[in-house]
Amino acid sequence: MKPSRPTTLLIVLALVAAACGGASNDDSSGSPSSEPVELLGAGASFPAPLYQEWIGAYRQVEPGVSINYQSIGSGGGIEQFIGQQTDFGASDAFLTDEELADATAARGCEPVHIPTVFGAVAVAYNVEGVDSLTLSGPVLADIFLGKITRWNDPAIAALNPGVVMPDADIVVAHRSDGSGTTSIFTTYLSSVSDDWKNGPGAGKQVEWPAPNSVGGEKNDGVTAQIQQNPGSVGYVELSYAIETGIPVAKMLNEDGNAVEPTLESTAAAADGIAIPDDLRFNILGVGGDGYPIAGATWLLAWTCGYDEAEAAALKAWITWALEDGDDLARELLYSPLPDSLQAKALAKVALIDAER
Amino acid sequence: MAATGISSGRRRRLLRPDEIFRVVLGVAGAGVLAILATMLISTTVQAWPVLSREGWGFVTGSVWDPGTSRSEITGEYGALAFVVGTLVTSGIALAVAVPLAVAVALYITQAAPRRVAAGLTYTIELLAAVPSVVFGLWGLLFFVPTVLRPLMDVVANTLGTFVPFLGGPVVTYNYFAAGIVLSFMVMPIVMAVSREVMAGTPVTEIGAAYALGATRWEVMRHVVLPRARPGIIGATMLGLGRALGETIAVAMLIGGSQQIPSSVFRGGQSMAGIIAVTFQEAAPENVKALIGVGVLLFVITVVVNMAARLIVWATGGYVAKEQSL
Repeated sequence: MKPSRPTTLLIVLALVAAACGGASNDDSSGSPSSEPVELLGAGASFPAPLYQEWIGAYRQVEPGVSINYQSIGSGGGIEQFIGQQTDFGASDAFLTDEELADATAARGCEPVHIPTVFGAVAVAYNVEGVDSLTLSGPVLADIFLGKITRWNDPAIAALNPGVVMPDADIVVAHRSDGSGTTSIFTTYLSSVSDDWKNGPGAGKQVEWPAPNSVGGEKNDGVTAQIQQNPGSVGYVELSYAIETGIPVAKMLNEDGNAVEPTLESTAAAADGIAIPDDLRFNILGVGGDGYPIAGATWLLAWTCGYDEAEAAALKAWITWALEDGDDLARELLYSPLPDSLQAKALAKVALIDAER
Repeated sequence: MAATGISSGRRRRLLRPDEIFRVVLGVAGAGVLAILATMLISTTVQAWPVLSREGWGFVTGSVWDPGTSRSEITGEYGALAFVVGTLVTSGIALAVAVPLAVAVALYITQAAPRRVAAGLTYTIELLAAVPSVVFGLWGLLFFVPTVLRPLMDVVANTLGTFVPFLGGPVVTYNYFAAGIVLSFMVMPIVMAVSREVMAGTPVTEIGAAYALGATRWEVMRHVVLPRARPGIIGATMLGLGRALGETIAVAMLIGGSQQIPSSVFRGGQSMAGIIAVTFQEAAPENVKALIGVGVLLFVITVVVNMAARLIVWATGGYVAKEQSL
C-alpha cells in the first residue's frame, strides 16, 4: 500500500514550481510573494466545503499560491500525511499516540495540530405527533444500547413532561461508513455511560448493539433512514440538520440545561473547556449554554522539512483562514474558534517549519 | 557466421503468419491469467495478517469491530454478516429477475408483433446502461419508500406472521429492498442472453411442431425452452455475477447495519458494500481486513462461476451435441 502517484505528482509540481520560480527570478521580479507556490492537502470530508471556500477566497488575497485540497476522508488524510504525500493533512480526529510516533519517525520532526472550526452532532428524530423532544446523555446512550426500546419508556417521558410519547418501537439510525461524526457521537456516549464505554466504545466505526438499528451512508443516508422509518432516532452533523430542517432533540448538558443544537450553542460548548498544550482535545463535560455533543476538526502540518516558500505560503493561508475566515465559516454553518483558542491555534501555526 | 545461418533459419520459421498469430494470442491469454493471478496474490498477501489471525473466523464470525492500529491487528473481523447480505440479496434478485427475464424473452421472440418486440428489446437493454448509482438513488428516494414499503408492511403483517424470514417490524431499507432493485439491474442481462438463445431455435423445428398440431404454448414449452435451457442457465450465472459484485446500489438500499437480520425486511450489509462505505476512513489494519473481504468475494464469485459451468455442462451437454450436428 504505497501509492506513489501523489508523490510523483508532488515531485512534478515541485519541479514545475521550481522552473517557474527560476524563470521569474530571471525576470528579477524579486518579491517572494510573486513566486507561484503549490500546496497539496488531503483529508477530512466534514470541513472540505469550508476549506475549498477558504482556498478559493484566498486566491483573491494571494494569487500566486494555489492550494489543492482533496476530500478523501480523515483516515486517508492521516495516511497520506504520515506518508509524506501531502504538504498538510486534515482530520476530524486528532492523531493517536501511535500515529504521532509514526509521523515523527517518518519526518524527523513532530506534526502540529491546528484546530480550525467546530461541528456539532445533532440528534434527529422522526416520531409522529412529537414536535419537541429533550434527551439526556444517559438516556440517549440507553436508546443506542437497545436498553430503551419504546418511545413511551418512563425515562424518556420523565424528560418530556407535557409531551405525549407514542407507544411505538424505537428504530436507531447510525452511520454505516466510518466517520468523524460517529467518533464525536460515540466519544460523547462513552463519556456519559459506562455501559457504552465498556461496550461499543468510541470510534469512527463501532458495533451498534441495538437490535432495531439501521445504517445509512453519510449524513444524507442517515437522514433518509430517519425520514423513512417512523419512530427512528439518529445522529447527523448539525449543518446537515439545519439545511434539511429535520427535527432535532434538545440535549441536557452537564449543568442540566436543555440546549438546542445551534451554531451559537456549539461555540458556547467550545468556550469553557480545558484544552491541552498540544491541542488534541475532545469537547466533553459541556455546561452553561453549551450544546454537549461537539467536536473540533484539525489541520495537520509539520514543524520541519518544507522549502521556504511553501512554509511561508502554508502559514499565511492558515493564519488568514483563522483570522479572516470566520464569516465564511458561519455562512457554511461551521462554528468558528473562540478567541482564546484561536490564539492557541495561531501559536501552533507559527511552529510550522520552525525546526528547519 | 554459422550461428547467423541458424538464427536466420529460425527467423524465417518464426515469421510465418500463423505462428505469429498464435504467439500473440498466447500472450493475450497469458496476460489475462497473469493479471488475475497478480490481483489474487497481491490482495491475499496484503490481507494475510488479518486472514491468518482470524482463520475460519473471518468467514464464520459475525462480529466486525475494526481497530485503529497502524502496525498491529487489534480489531475483530468476522465477515459472515456481509457474506449473508451478499448471498441473500443476490438470491432475491435472481428469484425475481430470472422468471421475469425469461418470460419477456419468450414474449419478444415468440409472441410479440415485430415492432413491439424491437421496441421492448431496445427499452430493456437501455435499462442495462443505467448507472447503478442512479438505480440506488431512485430506490432510496422513490421506489423503496413509496412503492415497496407499503407492500413489505402488508407481507410482514400477513405471511410474515407464520413464514420465517418474512416477519416484521419492517425497516424501510433492507435485504428485500436491495434485492428487488438489484433484480431490475440483473434482468436486462438475463433477458438479452435468453432472447439471443431463444431466437436461435431452428425455424424448421418450430414449424414441425406446429405441423403436428402443437399450440403456441406447447411450442414454447416443448421446443423453445428445452433448447434454450443451457443458455438461460448461463445467462442466470452472468446475472448472478453482476448481482454478487454490485456495490453502490446495494450499499444504498440494504440498510447499512452490520447485523445478520432475522427477516429479509431488516437491514444488513453486503461484502462489496462494507468495502465501499468504510474504506475511506479505515485505519491500516481495517484496510487489510477490507481487502480480505475483497479476496473472499473473489473466491465466492469463482466458486459460483465454477458451479455454474458444472451445471451448464451437466444439463446442457445433450442439446449442445445435438445442435452441433
